[in-house]
Amino acid sequence: MKDLSILIAGRAGDGIDKSSLIIGEILAQLGYCIYIYRDYPSIIRGGHTFSIIRCSGNKIAAHEDMIDVLLALNQDSIDLHKSRLSGKSLVIYDSSTVKLDIGIGIPIGEIIKEANALDLMRNSCIVGAMCKSIGIEKNILEKIFRENISKELDLNLKVAFLGFDRAEEVIKIEKLDQKILPIVTGNEAIGRGLIKGGMKTYIAYPMTPVSGVLHYLARVSGEFSLNVIHPENEIAVMLMAMGFSYAGARVAVGTSGGGFCLMTEGLSFSGMAELPVVVLLGQRPGPSTGLPTYTGQTELNFALAAGQGEFTRLVVAPGDSEEAYYWSALSMKLAWKYQIPAIILCDKTLNEGTYSFDIDLAGKINGPEPLLWSKLGEYKRYQNTKNGISALAFPSDKGAVVKINSYEHDEAGITTEDKDLTVAMQDKRLRKAGYLLEELEQHETVKVYGKKDAPTALFCWGSNKGVCVEAGEKLGLRVVQPMVFSPFPLKQFKEALKGVKKIICVENNATGQLADFVKFHGINVDDKVLKYDGRPFTPEELEEQLEKRRC
Amino acid sequence: MENISLSTNAKNTWCPGCGNFAILNSIKAVLGGLIEEGFPREKIVIVSGIGCHAKIADYLNVNSFYSLHGRVVPVCEAIKLANPELKVIGFAGDGDTYGEGLEHLIFAAKRNIDINIIIHNNRVYGLTTGQYTPTSPLGFKGRSTPKGTKESPINPLELMMASHASFIARGYTHGIELLKKIFKEAIMYKGFSLVDVLQVCVTFFNMYDYYNKRVYELKDYSPEDYSLAMEKIKEWDYNTDSKIPLGIFYKKGLSNDKT
Repeated sequence: MKDLSILIAGRAGDGIDKSSLIIGEILAQLGYCIYIYRDYPSIIRGGHTFSIIRCSGNKIAAHEDMIDVLLALNQDSIDLHKSRLSGKSLVIYDSSTVKLDIGIGIPIGEIIKEANALDLMRNSCIVGAMCKSIGIEKNILEKIFRENISKELDLNLKVAFLGFDRAEEVIKIEKLDQKILPIVTGNEAIGRGLIKGGMKTYIAYPMTPVSGVLHYLARVSGEFSLNVIHPENEIAVMLMAMGFSYAGARVAVGTSGGGFCLMTEGLSFSGMAELPVVVLLGQRPGPSTGLPTYTGQTELNFALAAGQGEFTRLVVAPGDSEEAYYWSALSMKLAWKYQIPAIILCDKTLNEGTYSFDIDLAGKINGPEPLLWSKLGEYKRYQNTKNGISALAFPSDKGAVVKINSYEHDEAGITTEDKDLTVAMQDKRLRKAGYLLEELEQHETVKVYGKKDAPTALFCWGSNKGVCVEAGEKLGLRVVQPMVFSPFPLKQFKEALKGVKKIICVENNATGQLADFVKFHGINVDDKVLKYDGRPFTPEELEEQLEKRRC
Repeated sequence: MENISLSTNAKNTWCPGCGNFAILNSIKAVLGGLIEEGFPREKIVIVSGIGCHAKIADYLNVNSFYSLHGRVVPVCEAIKLANPELKVIGFAGDGDTYGEGLEHLIFAAKRNIDINIIIHNNRVYGLTTGQYTPTSPLGFKGRSTPKGTKESPINPLELMMASHASFIARGYTHGIELLKKIFKEAIMYKGFSLVDVLQVCVTFFNMYDYYNKRVYELKDYSPEDYSLAMEKIKEWDYNTDSKIPLGIFYKKGLSNDKT
């Protein structure tokens, strides 16, 4: 059977998001790989909101334009998504609020009234009806409800069963003989990766699209002995992170572009003081507040250049849940080994998208451990060494006086304005980048997909990986995805480009930041496919764009 | 007894007569005393901002975190949260923490994290060579306000009362014994403590004569009475030429929740 796409829509506040996760969990039980796209306005109640749940036999990380099943809780859900329907699409709708003469109408309003249930449970009713219509057994529906609903479970189940009983089976979804994978949001994958990397403290001021990391980690803080802190603003977030790092606690912070603006003085401090921190930078369309709940890839330049002065930093951009997990863990470990800030560039599509997660695909994390003080002799926090890495000691380590400084400083951490010392210490900090690059070469920093020897290559980064891989496979193109931008593994990147005659860059921004970045490294892009309306590419849309360019 | 030297080899660059010397000497005496009494030296951490005050990080041979302008308080909070065994003392300027970093100060007071913040309040920007600060008097003529400021100063202690700070005191850099006494009590206090020190900048705003004529020490005074503390804190508004009380204005009883 081909992929199946289900769109569920209603007003903000109708529980569309929750229902989409439940539908995802149900389909995962049948052995499918899942991807869920969420589209919602920056409104708490009333605006139109929808999710597309796509399932496939293969790993996927993109949603399609056309849908097979539409679950409509109001008239807008039909009117706004008509163009996504084909003759074969199945429409299931609330006949108490929607006028339609095709599909399966379920009088959800009446069912809710009869069951003495709440209006909020209309979503459960339509999920029940969907299960019957696509041939999913009631016991799977019940299992997933029991695992995922804590409030008013019995009443929710009751209306779901009533919906199920009122519907009719139209198609029979095939059960796949594949292992059942858990589904996670990108934010959860990042959170789990950070924990795997040894994180003990997470600090954030709420901001879409990374608030999900804050919420997830706050929820599991007891289980993993985490300090999860929400302070007064992003300036405090970053400086608190510096305090935790100084005291020896592995720490990460999370924000979006606007919050990151406030963090940049602290980022630069991290570079000077050599205090490690991991920064999650969840991109969305800017400038300024832009489209807060939509997606964009506008911060590559910003992440690479943020903060005054010149200092070593790690910048990575994972493209799906497994990469998000892997690079979050590894970034934490590398940040601590090299005592540098690490930035994980993500975006709304990756952060709030939901993916099947296969830990076996993510790769083993055997990352490095930091160099600790031997406890012999006089301690110097900034001892100038061959690779630039000084041994770490922390306050309360007997015999060590640990002095951190935002000014240029000597090896002991005392302020200096001496010209020779200034050069020596600047060189020390920058020297770490070369060693970090050498270490990164032991990891897969550039991935190649599609037709791996094709002369035409798509360049993509971050969450566009999923859609580019699909388009590349279909059109016989090579797909090249760099995941590390600083320090840039140019050798691996050039290796991935062997035999390439034509390069097309695919990005969710208006200027082509990846194209500019590779140009700086001597690689010219022939064409760009850019999309900056806040919505991610779909495979159909990208294929059409590429065909226009005669790929 | 161990011979405790808390000095570093860093060359002191404060102006002769600077009030910062009194703060440095007082804190050396207090920390030296603590160490003699058996408090482990490695568990002391000082944090400073940016400004003349902040050089204290270079001059004290203990764990230190020479932070950014306005960013003393969040660093102190984090260090204490990361390792509650540490004694964390933040040194900050008035421009630094009553200006650039005021929001952090209010939140730290509200959270009542067990840190001690000492403000070197010289009521002028020294290191940037003489501009007005949040506590400069009305009409202050600085290099950014040559015709005099048109705004009255804030009373930082009143603001701290409103922010639920649990320990509030004022010291003065002339009269080191009182300063030592206040520092010791603030540092030993379990909870958020703020000491506003009238620190004289001899180069840009020499207030020795002015303060000497007006300061007096609070005596026969109970710092656990909120209303009385507020009354005493309001006696001088950092603007008018009234008497200036020194000492511990407010100290919340230890029976309070310190979470």
